[in-house]
Amino acid sequence: MARKLSGLQKEVLALYRKCIRAAHTKSPENAPAFEQMARLSFRKYQGLNTKEFTTIEHLLRKGYRSLEIYGDKQVKKCTPVAL
Amino acid sequence: MFALRASRNVLKSRPVFARGLASTAEAPKVPAPRIKKFGIYRWNPDTPEKKPELKEYEVDLSQCGPMVLDALIKIKNEQDPTLTFRRSCREGICGSCAMNIEGRNTLACLCRINPDIAKEEKIYPLPHMFVVRDLVPDLTQFYKQYKSIEPYLQRDEVPADGKENLQSIADRRKLDGLYECILCACCSTSCPSYWWNQQEYLGPAVLMQAYRWMIDSRDEATAKRQQMLENSMSLYRCHTIMNCARTCPKGLNPGLAIAKIKRSMAFV
Repeated sequence: MARKLSGLQKEVLALYRKCIRAAHTKSPENAPAFEQMARLSFRKYQGLNTKEFTTIEHLLRKGYRSLEIYGDKQVKKCTPVAL
Repeated sequence: MFALRASRNVLKSRPVFARGLASTAEAPKVPAPRIKKFGIYRWNPDTPEKKPELKEYEVDLSQCGPMVLDALIKIKNEQDPTLTFRRSCREGICGSCAMNIEGRNTLACLCRINPDIAKEEKIYPLPHMFVVRDLVPDLTQFYKQYKSIEPYLQRDEVPADGKENLQSIADRRKLDGLYECILCACCSTSCPSYWWNQQEYLGPAVLMQAYRWMIDSRDEATAKRQQMLENSMSLYRCHTIMNCARTCPKGLNPGLAIAKIKRSMAFV
Protein backbone atom coordinates (compact mmCIF):
# COMPACT_ATOMS: atom_id res chain seq x y z
CA MET A 1 0.00 0.00 0.00
CA ALA A 2 1.28 3.41 -0.89
CA ARG A 3 2.33 5.62 1.96
CA LYS A 4 0.16 8.66 2.57
CA LEU A 5 2.30 11.75 2.08
CA SER A 6 1.98 15.07 3.86
CA GLY A 7 1.56 18.31 1.92
CA LEU A 8 5.13 19.28 2.55
CA GLN A 9 6.42 15.91 1.35
CA LYS A 10 4.39 16.28 -1.82
CA GLU A 11 5.86 19.71 -2.37
CA VAL A 12 9.37 18.33 -2.00
CA LEU A 13 8.65 15.54 -4.46
CA ALA A 14 7.12 18.03 -6.88
CA LEU A 15 10.28 20.13 -6.74
CA TYR A 16 12.42 17.03 -7.27
CA ARG A 17 10.35 16.12 -10.31
CA LYS A 18 10.70 19.63 -11.71
CA CYS A 19 14.48 19.50 -11.22
CA ILE A 20 14.80 16.16 -13.02
CA ARG A 21 12.61 17.40 -15.84
CA ALA A 22 14.62 20.61 -16.10
CA ALA A 23 17.80 18.52 -16.24
CA HIS A 24 16.50 16.66 -19.29
CA THR A 25 15.90 19.90 -21.19
CA LYS A 26 19.69 20.29 -21.31
CA SER A 27 21.82 18.85 -24.07
CA PRO A 28 22.08 15.01 -23.88
CA GLU A 29 25.77 15.01 -22.95
CA ASN A 30 25.27 17.46 -20.07
CA ALA A 31 21.88 16.28 -18.79
CA PRO A 32 23.34 13.57 -16.50
CA ALA A 33 25.43 16.16 -14.67
CA PHE A 34 22.37 18.30 -13.98
CA GLU A 35 20.39 15.27 -12.88
CA GLN A 36 23.22 14.20 -10.61
CA MET A 37 23.32 17.66 -9.08
CA ALA A 38 19.60 17.53 -8.33
CA ARG A 39 19.94 14.07 -6.79
CA LEU A 40 22.91 15.06 -4.63
CA SER A 41 21.21 18.25 -3.46
CA PHE A 42 18.20 16.29 -2.26
CA ARG A 43 20.26 13.42 -0.82
CA LYS A 44 22.26 15.86 1.26
CA TYR A 45 19.22 16.44 3.47
CA GLN A 46 17.69 13.00 3.20
CA GLY A 47 18.24 12.35 6.89
CA LEU A 48 16.36 15.48 7.92
CA ASN A 49 13.51 14.87 10.35
CA THR A 50 10.11 15.27 8.65
CA LYS A 51 9.01 17.50 11.52
CA GLU A 52 11.61 20.18 10.79
CA PHE A 53 9.06 22.25 8.90
CA THR A 54 10.88 25.57 8.89
CA THR A 55 14.08 23.95 7.68
CA ILE A 56 12.31 22.03 4.93
CA GLU A 57 10.42 25.13 3.83
CA HIS A 58 13.67 27.06 3.68
CA LEU A 59 15.29 24.31 1.64
CA LEU A 60 12.29 24.32 -0.70
CA ARG A 61 12.66 28.05 -1.30
CA LYS A 62 16.37 27.59 -1.82
CA GLY A 63 15.64 24.72 -4.20
CA TYR A 64 13.24 26.78 -6.30
CA ARG A 65 15.78 29.56 -6.47
CA SER A 66 18.49 27.20 -7.69
CA LEU A 67 16.05 25.62 -10.14
CA GLU A 68 15.33 29.05 -11.55
CA ILE A 69 19.04 29.71 -11.97
CA TYR A 70 20.16 26.32 -13.30
CA GLY A 71 16.94 25.75 -15.27
CA ASP A 72 17.68 28.82 -17.37
CA LYS A 73 18.24 28.05 -21.01
CA GLN A 74 21.54 29.92 -21.02
CA VAL A 75 23.04 27.57 -18.43
CA LYS A 76 24.63 24.83 -20.51
CA LYS A 77 26.97 22.94 -18.22
CA CYS A 78 27.39 22.27 -14.54
CA THR A 79 29.56 20.40 -12.08
CA PRO A 80 27.47 17.83 -10.22
CA VAL A 81 27.81 18.98 -6.59
CA ALA A 82 25.22 19.15 -3.85
CA LEU A 83 23.86 22.67 -3.47
CA MET B 1 91.98 50.19 23.70
CA PHE B 2 91.32 51.48 27.21
CA ALA B 3 91.19 55.01 26.03
CA LEU B 4 88.57 54.17 23.50
CA ARG B 5 86.40 52.47 26.08
CA ALA B 6 86.75 55.39 28.47
CA SER B 7 85.67 57.88 25.86
CA ARG B 8 82.66 55.74 25.08
CA ASN B 9 81.64 55.75 28.73
CA VAL B 10 81.84 59.49 28.80
CA LEU B 11 79.54 59.69 25.84
CA LYS B 12 77.11 57.36 27.53
CA SER B 13 77.02 59.16 30.83
CA ARG B 14 76.32 62.57 29.30
CA PRO B 15 72.72 63.24 28.46
CA VAL B 16 72.43 63.50 24.72
CA PHE B 17 69.25 65.47 24.81
CA ALA B 18 68.02 67.69 27.62
CA ARG B 19 64.57 69.20 27.75
CA GLY B 20 64.38 72.90 28.43
CA LEU B 21 61.30 72.55 30.59
CA ALA B 22 61.03 69.86 33.17
CA SER B 23 57.59 68.61 32.24
CA THR B 24 56.66 65.07 31.39
CA ALA B 25 54.06 64.17 28.84
CA GLU B 26 50.92 62.90 30.47
CA ALA B 27 49.84 59.41 29.61
CA PRO B 28 46.84 59.55 27.23
CA LYS B 29 43.63 59.33 29.19
CA VAL B 30 41.93 55.99 28.84
CA PRO B 31 38.21 56.46 29.42
CA ALA B 32 36.58 54.05 31.79
CA PRO B 33 35.22 51.07 29.90
CA ARG B 34 31.47 50.97 29.48
CA ILE B 35 30.54 47.45 28.51
CA LYS B 36 27.22 47.07 26.75
CA LYS B 37 25.61 43.80 25.74
CA PHE B 38 24.23 43.26 22.27
CA GLY B 39 21.92 40.40 21.45
CA ILE B 40 22.18 39.67 17.75
CA TYR B 41 20.05 37.28 15.73
CA ARG B 42 22.18 34.56 14.19
CA TRP B 43 21.20 32.01 11.62
CA ASN B 44 23.44 30.18 9.20
CA PRO B 45 22.02 28.79 5.94
CA ASP B 46 24.83 26.20 5.76
CA THR B 47 23.34 24.42 8.76
CA PRO B 48 19.62 24.92 8.16
CA GLU B 49 18.65 22.27 10.69
CA LYS B 50 20.04 24.45 13.50
CA LYS B 51 17.51 26.88 14.92
CA PRO B 52 18.17 30.60 14.80
CA GLU B 53 19.52 32.00 18.05
CA LEU B 54 20.19 35.28 19.78
CA LYS B 55 23.91 35.52 20.36
CA GLU B 56 25.33 37.86 22.95
CA TYR B 57 28.27 40.14 22.35
CA GLU B 58 29.89 42.62 24.67
CA VAL B 59 31.16 45.90 23.31
CA ASP B 60 33.08 48.60 25.14
CA LEU B 61 31.18 51.76 24.20
CA SER B 62 34.11 53.99 25.17
CA GLN B 63 36.10 52.39 22.35
CA CYS B 64 33.27 52.43 19.83
CA GLY B 65 31.46 54.91 17.60
CA PRO B 66 28.03 56.20 18.60
CA MET B 67 25.89 54.30 16.11
CA VAL B 68 24.69 50.71 16.14
CA LEU B 69 26.46 50.11 12.85
CA ASP B 70 29.76 51.07 14.49
CA ALA B 71 29.14 48.45 17.15
CA LEU B 72 28.27 45.83 14.54
CA ILE B 73 31.41 46.55 12.56
CA LYS B 74 33.45 46.46 15.76
CA ILE B 75 31.98 43.08 16.65
CA LYS B 76 32.67 41.78 13.17
CA ASN B 77 36.24 43.08 13.20
CA GLU B 78 37.25 42.05 16.68
CA GLN B 79 35.01 39.30 17.97
CA ASP B 80 33.18 37.33 15.33
CA PRO B 81 34.04 37.66 11.64
CA THR B 82 31.16 35.34 10.73
CA LEU B 83 28.56 37.95 11.71
CA THR B 84 26.82 38.96 8.49
CA PHE B 85 24.98 42.18 7.70
CA ARG B 86 24.62 44.56 4.76
CA ARG B 87 26.20 47.97 5.02
CA SER B 88 27.61 50.46 2.64
CA CYS B 89 27.48 54.23 3.04
CA ARG B 90 27.24 54.45 6.87
CA GLU B 91 25.33 57.73 6.56
CA GLY B 92 21.74 56.85 5.74
CA ILE B 93 21.93 57.23 1.99
CA CYS B 94 22.13 53.69 0.68
CA GLY B 95 19.55 51.95 2.87
CA SER B 96 21.57 48.74 3.06
CA CYS B 97 21.76 48.41 6.83
CA ALA B 98 18.01 48.34 7.51
CA MET B 99 17.32 46.06 10.45
CA ASN B 100 15.14 45.72 13.50
CA ILE B 101 16.87 47.37 16.43
CA GLU B 102 15.18 47.23 19.83
CA GLY B 103 11.88 46.40 18.17
CA ARG B 104 12.04 49.20 15.64
CA ASN B 105 12.88 49.00 11.98
CA THR B 106 15.59 51.48 11.24
CA LEU B 107 18.96 51.97 9.62
CA ALA B 108 21.79 50.79 11.85
CA CYS B 109 23.90 53.70 10.66
CA LEU B 110 21.33 56.29 11.78
CA CYS B 111 20.41 54.62 15.06
CA ARG B 112 22.32 55.62 18.16
CA ILE B 113 23.32 52.97 20.64
CA ASN B 114 21.17 53.29 23.73
CA PRO B 115 23.64 54.68 26.31
CA ASP B 116 21.94 52.73 29.11
CA ILE B 117 24.48 49.94 29.51
CA ALA B 118 22.28 47.98 31.89
CA LYS B 119 19.98 47.11 29.01
CA GLU B 120 20.85 44.63 26.31
CA GLU B 121 20.39 45.95 22.77
CA LYS B 122 18.58 43.40 20.63
CA ILE B 123 19.12 43.37 16.90
CA TYR B 124 17.04 41.31 14.49
CA PRO B 125 16.72 41.29 10.70
CA LEU B 126 13.71 43.03 9.15
CA PRO B 127 10.57 41.23 10.35
CA HIS B 128 8.52 38.89 8.19
CA MET B 129 11.12 38.60 5.49
CA PHE B 130 12.96 35.45 4.58
CA VAL B 131 16.42 35.53 6.03
CA VAL B 132 19.42 34.93 3.81
CA ARG B 133 21.82 34.86 6.73
CA ASP B 134 22.06 36.52 10.16
CA LEU B 135 20.84 40.09 9.62
CA VAL B 136 20.47 39.89 5.84
CA PRO B 137 16.87 39.69 4.63
CA ASP B 138 15.80 38.42 1.21
CA LEU B 139 14.43 41.50 -0.57
CA THR B 140 13.76 39.83 -3.93
CA GLN B 141 9.99 40.14 -3.57
CA PHE B 142 10.29 43.79 -2.52
CA TYR B 143 12.39 44.64 -5.58
CA LYS B 144 10.05 42.70 -7.86
CA GLN B 145 7.16 44.78 -6.59
CA TYR B 146 9.14 47.96 -7.13
CA LYS B 147 9.82 46.84 -10.69
CA SER B 148 6.14 46.14 -11.25
CA ILE B 149 5.16 49.81 -10.80
CA GLU B 150 7.51 50.82 -13.64
CA PRO B 151 9.43 53.43 -11.69
CA TYR B 152 10.75 55.45 -14.59
CA LEU B 153 9.65 58.41 -16.69
CA GLN B 154 7.08 57.48 -19.32
CA ARG B 155 6.07 59.98 -21.97
CA ASP B 156 5.54 60.03 -25.71
CA GLU B 157 6.96 63.37 -26.82
CA VAL B 158 10.56 64.37 -26.77
CA PRO B 159 11.27 67.88 -25.46
CA ALA B 160 11.40 70.58 -28.16
CA ASP B 161 15.09 71.35 -27.65
CA GLY B 162 15.92 67.66 -27.52
CA LYS B 163 17.61 68.00 -24.16
CA GLU B 164 15.61 68.00 -20.96
CA ASN B 165 12.03 67.62 -19.82
CA LEU B 166 11.57 70.86 -17.96
CA GLN B 167 9.46 71.29 -14.88
CA SER B 168 8.28 74.34 -12.98
CA ILE B 169 9.60 74.97 -9.50
CA ALA B 170 6.12 74.40 -8.07
CA ASP B 171 5.85 71.05 -9.85
CA ARG B 172 9.25 70.04 -8.59
CA ARG B 173 8.22 70.93 -5.07
CA LYS B 174 5.46 68.31 -5.24
CA LEU B 175 8.14 65.61 -5.28
CA ASP B 176 9.65 66.76 -1.99
CA GLY B 177 9.07 64.19 0.73
CA LEU B 178 8.76 61.46 -1.91
CA TYR B 179 11.96 61.40 -3.88
CA GLU B 180 14.10 61.10 -0.73
CA CYS B 181 13.00 57.49 -0.23
CA ILE B 182 15.98 55.15 -0.37
CA LEU B 183 13.96 51.91 -0.53
CA CYS B 184 15.41 50.50 2.65
CA ALA B 185 12.17 48.50 3.16
CA CYS B 186 11.87 49.62 6.80
CA CYS B 187 8.31 50.85 6.27
CA SER B 188 7.05 47.93 4.23
CA THR B 189 8.34 45.40 6.72
CA SER B 190 6.79 47.29 9.64
CA CYS B 191 3.32 47.18 8.05
CA PRO B 192 1.01 44.39 9.36
CA SER B 193 -0.96 44.49 6.12
CA TYR B 194 2.24 43.81 4.24
CA TRP B 195 3.15 40.98 6.63
CA TRP B 196 -0.07 39.12 5.91
CA ASN B 197 -0.39 39.90 2.19
CA GLN B 198 3.16 40.19 0.99
CA GLN B 199 2.40 38.48 -2.30
CA GLU B 200 -0.29 40.91 -3.43
CA TYR B 201 -0.16 44.12 -1.40
CA LEU B 202 2.57 46.39 -2.72
CA GLY B 203 3.50 47.93 0.61
CA PRO B 204 4.10 51.54 1.64
CA ALA B 205 7.56 52.04 0.13
CA VAL B 206 6.55 50.89 -3.34
CA LEU B 207 3.20 52.72 -3.24
CA MET B 208 4.95 55.94 -2.26
CA GLN B 209 7.16 55.58 -5.33
CA ALA B 210 4.06 54.86 -7.43
CA TYR B 211 2.62 58.15 -6.17
CA ARG B 212 5.90 59.92 -6.84
CA TRP B 213 5.58 59.00 -10.52
CA MET B 214 1.86 59.74 -10.65
CA ILE B 215 2.26 63.36 -9.61
CA ASP B 216 5.41 63.98 -11.63
CA SER B 217 4.40 66.70 -14.10
CA ARG B 218 6.70 65.20 -16.76
CA ASP B 219 5.20 61.73 -16.59
CA GLU B 220 2.24 61.03 -18.87
CA ALA B 221 1.33 57.51 -17.76
CA THR B 222 -0.66 58.58 -14.67
CA ALA B 223 -3.89 56.96 -15.88
CA LYS B 224 -2.09 53.72 -16.62
CA ARG B 225 -0.41 53.75 -13.23
CA GLN B 226 -3.74 54.29 -11.50
CA GLN B 227 -5.26 51.50 -13.56
CA MET B 228 -2.60 49.10 -12.31
CA LEU B 229 -3.59 49.77 -8.68
CA GLU B 230 -7.32 49.44 -9.37
CA ASN B 231 -7.91 46.19 -7.48
CA SER B 232 -8.61 45.17 -3.92
CA MET B 233 -5.08 44.04 -3.09
CA SER B 234 -2.34 46.23 -4.56
CA LEU B 235 -3.37 49.50 -2.92
CA TYR B 236 -6.47 49.06 -0.79
CA ARG B 237 -4.82 46.74 1.73
CA CYS B 238 -3.52 49.92 3.33
CA HIS B 239 -5.67 50.44 6.41
CA THR B 240 -3.80 53.57 7.53
CA ILE B 241 -2.07 51.78 10.37
CA MET B 242 0.71 54.34 9.88
CA ASN B 243 3.54 52.18 11.19
CA CYS B 244 5.32 53.24 8.01
CA ALA B 245 5.44 56.92 8.92
CA ARG B 246 6.47 56.13 12.49
CA THR B 247 9.38 53.90 11.50
CA CYS B 248 10.76 55.69 8.42
CA PRO B 249 14.43 56.47 9.15
CA LYS B 250 14.30 59.35 6.66
CA GLY B 251 11.24 60.92 8.28
CA LEU B 252 8.97 60.49 5.25
CA ASN B 253 5.27 59.71 5.33
CA PRO B 254 4.30 56.85 3.00
CA GLY B 255 0.86 56.62 4.65
CA LEU B 256 0.03 60.12 3.50
CA ALA B 257 1.19 59.37 -0.04
CA ILE B 258 -1.02 56.27 -0.14
CA ALA B 259 -3.98 58.33 1.11
CA LYS B 260 -3.33 60.80 -1.73
CA ILE B 261 -3.31 57.99 -4.29
CA LYS B 262 -6.61 56.77 -2.90
CA ARG B 263 -8.05 60.27 -3.14
CA SER B 264 -6.82 60.79 -6.69
CA MET B 265 -8.42 57.51 -7.69
CA ALA B 266 -11.70 58.19 -5.91
CA PHE B 267 -12.24 61.74 -7.24
CA VAL B 268 -11.36 61.50 -10.89
